[in-house]
Amino acid sequence: MAKKTLNIVESAYRAVMEEQDDTVLWLLAAMQGAGAQHTVVLRGNAVNYAVAGQGAPGLTVGQWKQTQAPRMDRDVTDLVENRKIPVYVIEEDLAERGIVRGELVPGVKLIGRGTLPKLVAEHEVVCHW
Amino acid sequence: MAEYLLIESRDPFESNEVGYYYDLARGLVDEGHHVTMFLVQNAVLAARPSKASAALSALARAGVKVLADDFALKERGVTKLAEGVTVAPIDVVLDHLAASHKTMWH
Amino acid sequence: MPKTTLTFALMDPPYESENLTTAFRILDAAARRGYHVNVFAYEGAAGLAFVRQIPHPNPVHGKNVAEENHPTTKDQVAALLVEAERSGGKVDWVNCGMCVDERGVGESVPGTRRGSPADFHAFIEASDNVLVIPTK
Repeated sequence: MAKKTLNIVESAYRAVMEEQDDTVLWLLAAMQGAGAQHTVVLRGNAVNYAVAGQGAPGLTVGQWKQTQAPRMDRDVTDLVENRKIPVYVIEEDLAERGIVRGELVPGVKLIGRGTLPKLVAEHEVVCHW
Repeated sequence: MAEYLLIESRDPFESNEVGYYYDLARGLVDEGHHVTMFLVQNAVLAARPSKASAALSALARAGVKVLADDFALKERGVTKLAEGVTVAPIDVVLDHLAASHKTMWH
Repeated sequence: MPKTTLTFALMDPPYESENLTTAFRILDAAARRGYHVNVFAYEGAAGLAFVRQIPHPNPVHGKNVAEENHPTTKDQVAALLVEAERSGGKVDWVNCGMCVDERGVGESVPGTRRGSPADFHAFIEASDNVLVIPTK
């Protein structure tokens, strides 16, 4: 059985338009396909990834148009529903950013900041992104 | 009872997220674990005695071993350290990794 | 006694972050201890081992190329591989293939190799410990 790995994801919207993905969430999805056993905690600005209905239109530069603009809410849903990667979201970080539960994609689990040490202790490997 | 190394590269002057990481260290100690926080890069700027270093001294009093990277300190001319902060070489990271202590970088 | 095996993930490109200075210090220390060191060079870090890096002079300080002796990360990677072998360990440096392609940095220091997220997964499974050094 693969090592249970907790991934605390804090970095948000860094290069997501150019990469058409969040490269950390993408990496974890790819590794899950290779047999990994990942769990994700979204904290800090990354909690915003769980907000439903987000997404900018593709970038245009002159006549060049981006055709596959990313949708982070869709990618979070993909992790939960298709990759079977549990996604936790830190409640206090949502509240600080004025985000309420009803605005989130289904399937993510809310946890308090105080729960994080326990979650860290329960996983064999912890990666902070 | 597990051992943790939390490497902090950010400083509280530039980042609002440093407090969260100090809290995580404190939370792990409160759960009964042994925690070392290793300050590298600009994080050592908070190790000079100042209003900002109070949080590090508080961590040390709470049981977190707070270390500051000798290279980063020299690079920045930090010669005085706040109470509870000790100088350490980069080998500390290897010691923890080789002992299979969970290690994170912020 | 089995060798200590450590896995590192790097993300920063050359010349943009002090993360890499610290990372290479850690990797150097690991190599000198004779450890087996796995490196997954992801995103910008896929350019660290790009062999076409060229050092430059420093006209602000009036130094020519030789005098400036400007560091290149490709030389640091190459030196790491040599040091590990000299100390009885080894370095398995994997550049994430798609990251290499989108950056056009496909010519890499000999001894490094192209790979994928599956390699990072395999590294984690085979290691005594893992450290991700994320980019900001």
